[in-house]
Amino acid sequence: MLSNVRTLWLTFLHLFHRSETVGYPETKPYMAPRYRARIILSRDPDGAERCVSCNLCAAVCPVDCISLQKTEDQGRWYPEYFRINFSRCIFCGLCEEACPTYAIQLTPDYEMSEYERPNLVYEKEDLLISGTGKYPDYNFYRVAGMAVPGKDKGEAEREDPPVDIHGLLP
Amino acid sequence: MATIHIDGQPFAARADTNLLQACLSAGTDLPYFCWHPDLGSVGACRQCAVKQYSGPDDTRGRIVMACMTPVTDGAILSTRDAESLDFRSSVVEWLMTNHPHDCPVCEEGGECHLQDMTVMTGHHARRYRFRKRTHRNQDLGPFVKHEMNRCIACYRCVRFYRDYAGGEDLAAFASHNSVYFGRAESGTLESDFSGNLVEVCPTGVFTDKPFSSRYVRKWDMRGAPSVCVHCAVGCNTILNERDGSLRRVLNRYNGEVNRYFLCDRGRFGTGFVNAASRLRAPLLRASDGSLQATSMAAALALFGEALSTGPVIGIGSPRASLEANFALRTLVGAQNFHLGVSGIEHDLLTLTRDILRVSPARIATLHQAEQADAVLVLGEDVSKTAPRIGLALRQSVRQASFEAAAQARIPLWLDAAVRSLGTDARSPLFQATPAATDLDPIAVANLRLAPEDIARLGFAVAHCIDPASPQVVDLAEAMAGQARAIADALLAATRPLVVSGGQCGSAPVLQAAANIAAALHRTRPETRLMLTVAECNSMGLALLGGEPLDAAMEALEAGMVATVVVLENDLFRRVPQARLLHALARARHVVALDHLASATTQVAELVLPTATFAETDGTLVSHEGRAQRFFQVSFPVAPVQDAWRWLRDGAKAAHRHDLDWQHLDEVIADLCAAHPALTAMRGAAPDAGFRIAGSPIRSETHRFSGRTAIHANVSVRDAKPEANIDGPLSTTMEGYYGEMPAALRPYFWAPSWNSGQSLNKFQDEVGGPLRGGDPGIRLLDGDPVPWRYHDAIPGAFQPRVDALMVLPKGRLIGSEELSDRAPAAKPRIEPAALSVSPAMRQALGATTMLSLTGAVHAVAVVADPAIPEGVALFPAHAHPFPGFADPQWAETAAP
Ligand code: SF4
Ligand code: SF4
Ligand code: SF4
Ligand code: SF4
Ligand code: FES
Repeated sequence: MLSNVRTLWLTFLHLFHRSETVGYPETKPYMAPRYRARIILSRDPDGAERCVSCNLCAAVCPVDCISLQKTEDQGRWYPEYFRINFSRCIFCGLCEEACPTYAIQLTPDYEMSEYERPNLVYEKEDLLISGTGKYPDYNFYRVAGMAVPGKDKGEAEREDPPVDIHGLLP
Repeated sequence: MATIHIDGQPFAARADTNLLQACLSAGTDLPYFCWHPDLGSVGACRQCAVKQYSGPDDTRGRIVMACMTPVTDGAILSTRDAESLDFRSSVVEWLMTNHPHDCPVCEEGGECHLQDMTVMTGHHARRYRFRKRTHRNQDLGPFVKHEMNRCIACYRCVRFYRDYAGGEDLAAFASHNSVYFGRAESGTLESDFSGNLVEVCPTGVFTDKPFSSRYVRKWDMRGAPSVCVHCAVGCNTILNERDGSLRRVLNRYNGEVNRYFLCDRGRFGTGFVNAASRLRAPLLRASDGSLQATSMAAALALFGEALSTGPVIGIGSPRASLEANFALRTLVGAQNFHLGVSGIEHDLLTLTRDILRVSPARIATLHQAEQADAVLVLGEDVSKTAPRIGLALRQSVRQASFEAAAQARIPLWLDAAVRSLGTDARSPLFQATPAATDLDPIAVANLRLAPEDIARLGFAVAHCIDPASPQVVDLAEAMAGQARAIADALLAATRPLVVSGGQCGSAPVLQAAANIAAALHRTRPETRLMLTVAECNSMGLALLGGEPLDAAMEALEAGMVATVVVLENDLFRRVPQARLLHALARARHVVALDHLASATTQVAELVLPTATFAETDGTLVSHEGRAQRFFQVSFPVAPVQDAWRWLRDGAKAAHRHDLDWQHLDEVIADLCAAHPALTAMRGAAPDAGFRIAGSPIRSETHRFSGRTAIHANVSVRDAKPEANIDGPLSTTMEGYYGEMPAALRPYFWAPSWNSGQSLNKFQDEVGGPLRGGDPGIRLLDGDPVPWRYHDAIPGAFQPRVDALMVLPKGRLIGSEELSDRAPAAKPRIEPAALSVSPAMRQALGATTMLSLTGAVHAVAVVADPAIPEGVALFPAHAHPFPGFADPQWAETAAP
């Protein structure tokens, strides 16, 4: 009996507390940049696709919801298609952690509910943004040894010019 | 056997090996780079350092390179003491100083021996902050990609390419940190074995170019054990597939057959599986004469009707499995089944089979051929018709240097030392062929003769060895001397080998080879015989038995055939076009089953799309009579299905109930029951019900990715995985992986060993047989019956003034039907030309009108000083004479 009265009293007191409910979607909560929601593919500082289709994100994904196919343009690897099935994604962020190029990033945009499951299947066109995302500076090909358009052998960071193999000096 | 103590544990080790090999055989994870089981040790990388102690009281020990230190009884070593661990991680750190930051964009990544060894030694943080040396790459042609920055200078590539495979256009350049492995200038690698660089190189310098164009990581591909379909050697391969397309071919070790290496035809010739010319739907000839796609039901209705319209004959195929050929044979009846090879080839095939059955000298495996200490090749350019045999013969000439090394007390694995000795110690290799071959430089004598003379030489050699074998009368004195010399060299050997084949289209050549082997065997019980045949299942066909193609042509021409069923065979490659068109026109129904569109499917009334070797299971019998099972890696969508299923469905549509097979195992059971000579083929691999711990063998790796996304664009629901009802491999990552029969291994992987070098974990002794026995069942090893020498010695070759004897020339790519259709291999097809002697070239000019296989075309003429007068060579099955394969007299005329 006493407990029932106490419960009623406490509930009554809540009438005078500040409301916790926000008027979503008019009011939106703050989401830290590191929040793990909708995944994007970013571009490097030169504006080219960052993803080199190394397949590491796909390999690490615990629910196997990333699929892609490598293709190549003058030495530069990029995905021919890149597909994430968000109806399976658990937003664990492992893909971002595995990515050696900072291409794949999770963003704070959590608003991705759909009535139709097929609409949760995102292709590269849906994933690729025009900027660098959370990592403004990194450019994989500036540190890698492959020659790509605009960066020949020996032009990456901390590289000597190519060896003259017909030279006799050691 | 010696006993060595590794980290306190005693292990038995062979005394003729080195500590590295012994450690790996004992299962120790000892990092290494430059050592290779078939290339030996050179001590270039310093990665295999271990601590060796001089005795139980020695507490300090000393660092030695395991690969350069012989096994000695009682040796005590430690792979785990702090100093050797530190040494090894420093070595990797040095090797990595110049290594580019490439793994994500490197085709080797995920199956890289350098990655594995780096992780194994514990080097994970880069301390070197200075500049890296860089290299420019070369374009090495259509097969191999080059990315020189990744090199760690282990020298494996040049040791394989030059020392092992005899290539000359790949070398080491420059010195010190700048050392470079490539060609003098960009250009296609000339060796027929260039693809092995991909597996030999422990880093990503050499990678598979066609694979790179549709690249996926190793862990993302389904694997299946397979057998190469591009010649009769039967090299074991692993096929890798993803998303319905065949991605690449890898070597699958078989200690008796291909061991560590494949030829480029086998590795890069499978592109036909994905080719645009694949047949994907049944085709029916419409009223306007064109072929139109039709439904499976309509096709089967017509097939059933055709089969009910008797008489029906069947034409089998040497490139289809035993099971498919057997299904056709059962469908049409034994007397109506034709082997699908020309009359000459049929006779030679039967002869080869019979010789191999009864010869007292047993059939050489490829590995035995490598160990032969004297070799005679009669009439076959094996380096082109069966390239892997050529590579094996290249190793055989090293036997003498092995003896010299043994005398000088140099262990055989000390490769550089043994090779320096070998420059003047070579065991004899003799070749009697109509033209130059790739093996010429290593042979002691190359005799250039017409087929008849090759046979006469062979008979003379046999007579020199055993006077009881028939004598060649009126033999020219020079040839008698050559025969004597060859006989002496063969008699001086303990493991002589005689190699021949049907390329010359000459039965006497084969008989002479058999006589020599038999004569030698009387005093040299380890004499071996090796006879090659044309295609991957030619020997299987010979064992199945049937009529030659000519009989089918005659029956057709006589109007005695209503329906002809052609199984995976382009008859235009075997019968002159005019004759074939005329014969087929007389049949009411021509039904062709094939996976590729061909000239034959073009003229058929009904075409049924079958599965390629990557999409079906079956058994092939290699030239040595080894039955080997291949398993499907890809699961094509209907209506593409196994050839035997089409034949079964056809029988059903014709209201027959005797071909009521549901699974491959039922076909095999019926086959074994019907053919006592083939019963053992059942043991080539476990049947479909085989399970380990209740599970099938998994065909996908445990890290297979993308399962819930790969087809999400089509349907967001997960598709049901394909069912594999014919084999013991699952189609998914579920199932067993571990110790298993070698015939079933779908990929090589072991914890910490992601590269192909994980193979070491599946051999009891590194370089020895696979654990549980090498795959394949030999079918021709019966009890040899008393030998009778062949005595049909032909007369000497008489050149004709009005015609040339045109012999087929082998080509790596372009003469074999399937690899010919692989887009990646196209650029490697050499243009066809008629090779003649220089005098004849003078007479003919640069082009001539050649009449061959009943057609006349202008062909280019080139001079080859090796070719005897009156003889010419033209590539087999080359444009414009696709039907040319059997030797024939041909007239020439001015264009
Ligand atoms: S967040 Fe996790 S579940 Fe989602 S795609 Fe990345 S790895 Fe897969
Ligand atoms: S891990 Fe990064 S670079 Fe690699 S495939 Fe995924 S997104 Fe692309
Ligand atoms: S060779 Fe191996 S370690 Fe080097 S970039 Fe390629 S995958 Fe990485
Ligand atoms: S290219 Fe490869 S095989 Fe050749 S030396 Fe370099 S790492 Fe070794
Ligand atoms: S493997 Fe021993 S030094 Fe290279």
